[in-house]
Amino acid sequence: MQIRGRVWKFGDNIDTDIIIPAKYLAMTDPVSLGEHCMEPIAPSFHKKVRAGDIIVSGSNFGCGSSREHAPIAISALGIPLVIARSFARIFYRNAFNKGLALLEADIADNVEEGEEIEIDLSSGVIRWRNMEVTAKPIPPFMVELINEGGLINYLKKQLEE
Amino acid sequence: MGMTITEKILASHAGKDFVEPGEIIDAQIDLALANDITAPLSLEEFEKVGAKNVFDPDKVVLVMDHFTPSKDILSAENCKKIREFAIEHKITHFYEGGNCGIEHALLPEQGLVVAGDLVIGADSHTCTYGALGAFATGVGSTDLTYGMVKGRIWFKVPESIKFHCYGKWSKWVTGKDLILHIIGMIGVDGALYAAMEFDGEAISALSMDSRFTIANMTIEAGSKNGIFRVDEKTLAYMKAHSKKPYRVFESDPDAKYREVFEIDASKIELNVACPSLPSNVKSARELGDTRIDQVVIGSCTNGRISDLEAAAKVFEGNKVSGGTRCIIIPATPKIYRQGMREGYFDVFLDAGCIISPPTCGPCLGGHMGILAKGEKALATTNRNFIGRMGHPQSEVYLAGPAVAAATAIKGRIAHPEEI
Repeated sequence: MQIRGRVWKFGDNIDTDIIIPAKYLAMTDPVSLGEHCMEPIAPSFHKKVRAGDIIVSGSNFGCGSSREHAPIAISALGIPLVIARSFARIFYRNAFNKGLALLEADIADNVEEGEEIEIDLSSGVIRWRNMEVTAKPIPPFMVELINEGGLINYLKKQLEE
Repeated sequence: MGMTITEKILASHAGKDFVEPGEIIDAQIDLALANDITAPLSLEEFEKVGAKNVFDPDKVVLVMDHFTPSKDILSAENCKKIREFAIEHKITHFYEGGNCGIEHALLPEQGLVVAGDLVIGADSHTCTYGALGAFATGVGSTDLTYGMVKGRIWFKVPESIKFHCYGKWSKWVTGKDLILHIIGMIGVDGALYAAMEFDGEAISALSMDSRFTIANMTIEAGSKNGIFRVDEKTLAYMKAHSKKPYRVFESDPDAKYREVFEIDASKIELNVACPSLPSNVKSARELGDTRIDQVVIGSCTNGRISDLEAAAKVFEGNKVSGGTRCIIIPATPKIYRQGMREGYFDVFLDAGCIISPPTCGPCLGGHMGILAKGEKALATTNRNFIGRMGHPQSEVYLAGPAVAAATAIKGRIAHPEEI
């Protein structure tokens, strides 16, 4: 699957309180959650971002709480993919469970905010300007889960059998 | 080849004799936990998949602790939905109102977790139960739904990092100071995906409450779980709180660790994590110029009886500084009652503190003590991220209960020796 999108850059340790502050966690509606995504550090992010844009970040993206509202808020803005140097482990599982793609690659220092990058999700190859980086492969077990349509579809199939 | 305590618990729950780091396993779970902010998403998925039942109504725990007593209509609606689910599915352990406490203080106290258990919780601080020699880890709502329905879940076996602590603790120093020291040393992703294992004579000398505090904050270094060896204090705690059968696992002498840290307990000072990362750690003595508007003593990290005791000792005969508010949050009804009986409530009220009902409340900026723009808080909680306790331009410092009480009295960050 090919993705082409504009880059939004964030730093290291973007925690779940930044992605979606706890005061909004009584909400479960994705659209409302999206309206507060990144609010503490980028209050107008949800207005400026366009569907198809991509987040590029440093290390430990998604650290902090287990709130699944975080990947939901990002996806609600139409962001299909986050590329980061590394991800916090609970966020990593949550994102895949919620259909938000993640790639581990160290590109934050070499891309500019707003520039277009192209990603081949299956090979993990990221291209921009004259540069090319291959992301760390998604663990085979996760790929199997994705091919099953995600954890919830996998569970649904088991319950129907 | 030897295995660590974490590997042994995971292997036993996956029906295997041996597992190693990196291996994907399908493991049986002993308990699945959710709260009033993670359960609603989980129940939506439960409905979506068309599940009829939970795997075991005795092994699903629902705790309404975050936005309760309900802070607004949405929170009340969430609790109502969860309550109806709990009734429909005959969930044994549904906690709300007068029987409710902060989940990670409540579950061990209620005897719901014991050594050798495998627990998942839709809350990142589920790792707290590692203090009991259990494997416990935080998951999201979707993983929780899977576990709640199947009684199993997949795990990647983590590598382990050992923290071996020797020597004697200085006066006032608690588990909070050790875990802040460690997070400061290895960073907020220093244990990413790994198990943090604690042992040594200095760890044996720590109370169970201190061990809960340490295990609780291992997630702040990115860990999958924190875990302690079971000793006579663990056994005594379980005997006092639980009738559940337990299993003691121990790391083999030839178990493999990614890294082993040797820590001299006598060198650990009263520590404070400065805004806005738990790894931004300094000695309390260096921060005496920092004015503080609000002190919070509570949370799943430090809302237990020994935390109230440490704070009361410092507050005895002293007043909260004029420009500062101090909120005390006993973590469970049992701790609340004990604090009252021990006379700590009189000390707190005489000092001018506010005593809150058990709730996560201000720790995550939910309610019951939100910060205004530019305000600074010192809290015994676990996270000091940007805007964590209120306005994005408010700040949070993290410390143990003695520093918190001294800070409330002085109106600036203070060492208890100054009182």
